[in-house]
Amino acid sequence: MTIRSRRIVDHLASAAAAVCTVALLVPLALIFGYLLTKGVTALNFDFFTQLPQPVGELGGGMANAIVGSLILVALASVLGLPIGVLTGVYLAEHGKTPFGVTVRFCADVLNGVPSIVIGIYAYTLVVLPMKSFSAYAGGIALGVIMLPVVARTTEEMIRLVPSSLREASLALGVPTWRTTISVVLRTARGGILTGIMLAVARVAGETAPLIFTAFGNQYWQSGLRGPISSLPVQIYTYAISPFDDWHRQAWAGALVLVTLIATTSLSVRLLTRGKFGAAR
Amino acid sequence: MTFHAPHASPSPSNDVAVRDDMTTDWVDVTPMLPRRPRKNVGDLIFRGLTAAAACTLVAVVVSIVVVLGWESFGAIRKFGWGFLTTQKWDPVANEYGALPFIYGTLVSSFLALVQAVPLGVGTALFLSEMAPSWLRTPVAFLVELLAAIPSVVYGLWGIFVLVPWVRSTVTPWLADTLGFLPFFQGPSYGVGMLTASMILAVMIVPYITSVALEVFQTVPIAQREGALALGATRWEMIRIAVLPYGRIGVIGAIMLGLGRALGETMAVTMVIGNRPEIALSFFAPASTMASVIANEFSEASSDLYVQVLVELGLVLLVVTMLVNVLARLLVWRVGDVGTAGH
Repeated sequence: MTIRSRRIVDHLASAAAAVCTVALLVPLALIFGYLLTKGVTALNFDFFTQLPQPVGELGGGMANAIVGSLILVALASVLGLPIGVLTGVYLAEHGKTPFGVTVRFCADVLNGVPSIVIGIYAYTLVVLPMKSFSAYAGGIALGVIMLPVVARTTEEMIRLVPSSLREASLALGVPTWRTTISVVLRTARGGILTGIMLAVARVAGETAPLIFTAFGNQYWQSGLRGPISSLPVQIYTYAISPFDDWHRQAWAGALVLVTLIATTSLSVRLLTRGKFGAAR
Repeated sequence: MTFHAPHASPSPSNDVAVRDDMTTDWVDVTPMLPRRPRKNVGDLIFRGLTAAAACTLVAVVVSIVVVLGWESFGAIRKFGWGFLTTQKWDPVANEYGALPFIYGTLVSSFLALVQAVPLGVGTALFLSEMAPSWLRTPVAFLVELLAAIPSVVYGLWGIFVLVPWVRSTVTPWLADTLGFLPFFQGPSYGVGMLTASMILAVMIVPYITSVALEVFQTVPIAQREGALALGATRWEMIRIAVLPYGRIGVIGAIMLGLGRALGETMAVTMVIGNRPEIALSFFAPASTMASVIANEFSEASSDLYVQVLVELGLVLLVVTMLVNVLARLLVWRVGDVGTAGH
């Protein structure tokens, strides 16, 4: 092969790789473009303050779904965060033992379990005994999804803490548990918070595990033991409906949901840039 | 320790003898030290707490398998292995076969990989080998943003943008160019296997890209420089030095993407058409394991119906677990190679 033809092949390959990158970014641009153009026109004050209207009546909003999503994410956090962070601490400290390896393996497996399967799990565990769809069931499903994400990020962030810090504290006679809480976790705080926010952002958009646990509700929820509305499920219901006005609202809901998630991950990224983001 | 004759001195080894001698010279400081603290109670409690949390996570994973197996036991006993190879799906007549859904899941995921792998690996190569550094970070961030978009939003976009476009542009073009193949024949409704695989491809591409990018960045600089010093062009350097080194890691990245694609639910449910039949044409509506569960679970009327859907969930769980475990093993192995190479 002449140098000339080798150069041509080289340029072709570079061009192909660049085309791949552009082709990847086109759907992203299209999705955001449609979200903005279709979502903004459908968005108004009522969307945030009103309940959904019955079929056939225009207007209304998704106030109950927005509140419902917040409640579900809060329930999931109450369940998933403490267990997740503590598991992360365990993995960072005893991760090399056979049991530690097993735990890490289980966390990775759980991370790969399809969310719809976790929905079935929560349905069997909570909905069947309670004989009712409930906010608890939805919260538990989301909490289980959060668990491995939080655990693994916490572990990784704790591993970034220099051992000299830990040793200095231990040399001063501070017990191990105080060292872990006041020195190690305190130092890794920023990174762990990042992981937590990303986990929250991820479960906030989950739909599949909610459709037969939290179910959905056209009205305000009547407590945590009953079905509760959520933004993703509401978007799903409206998107597959045959009504134009509901389609319009589904776009508005999607815009709100994506804005919430994107601002969360963007602000987390900006806040922690240079501290922990670079170390990852 | 060196060779040790059996008839030698009574002391078993040299260093013990030395230590015995030296103790006489040492001042025993033990009484002067504060009494060695016993195991701190706080430590025990804290360790117990973290261990309990870790056990909870393991228990959740085990109980998912147990609960799904238990709930679907009736269906497993009734249908046996035949469930996996039967085509008929008629809940009204209580006839259930999983084959159309297994077919749908496998084919839609495979088609998604066909589209996503070149895109993802190409982008990862572009970002790691070609892009100037000022471009790398923002593009990598945009790719990650693609992973942050919720599934239901992809589905919404799929229904109102992708489906009409596929119906009006993609399928006529495919029928014209590749129409001699049975996969690209027949009427197109927009919704169907092809559309589902396209949206799946967009959804899994960020995972493939970011893992492949990490893998390419573990390739030692010396290896690249060696290839370049031998007169290789950039593409030849990639082919000689980067791709062989990262091959297993890239396969791991693809398997991770496959794991996502197999279990992806909402977006697929919204664009695949949900018809429980096997059709050779990719234009035809189909159904996947995840999509049939999402569609029919809350309206399953009989006990057997619910059990069958849970069994589908169990099959899905087992398949994704196998794929993920394989992927982890591959990616881990590359991680070891990467650190050893430095």
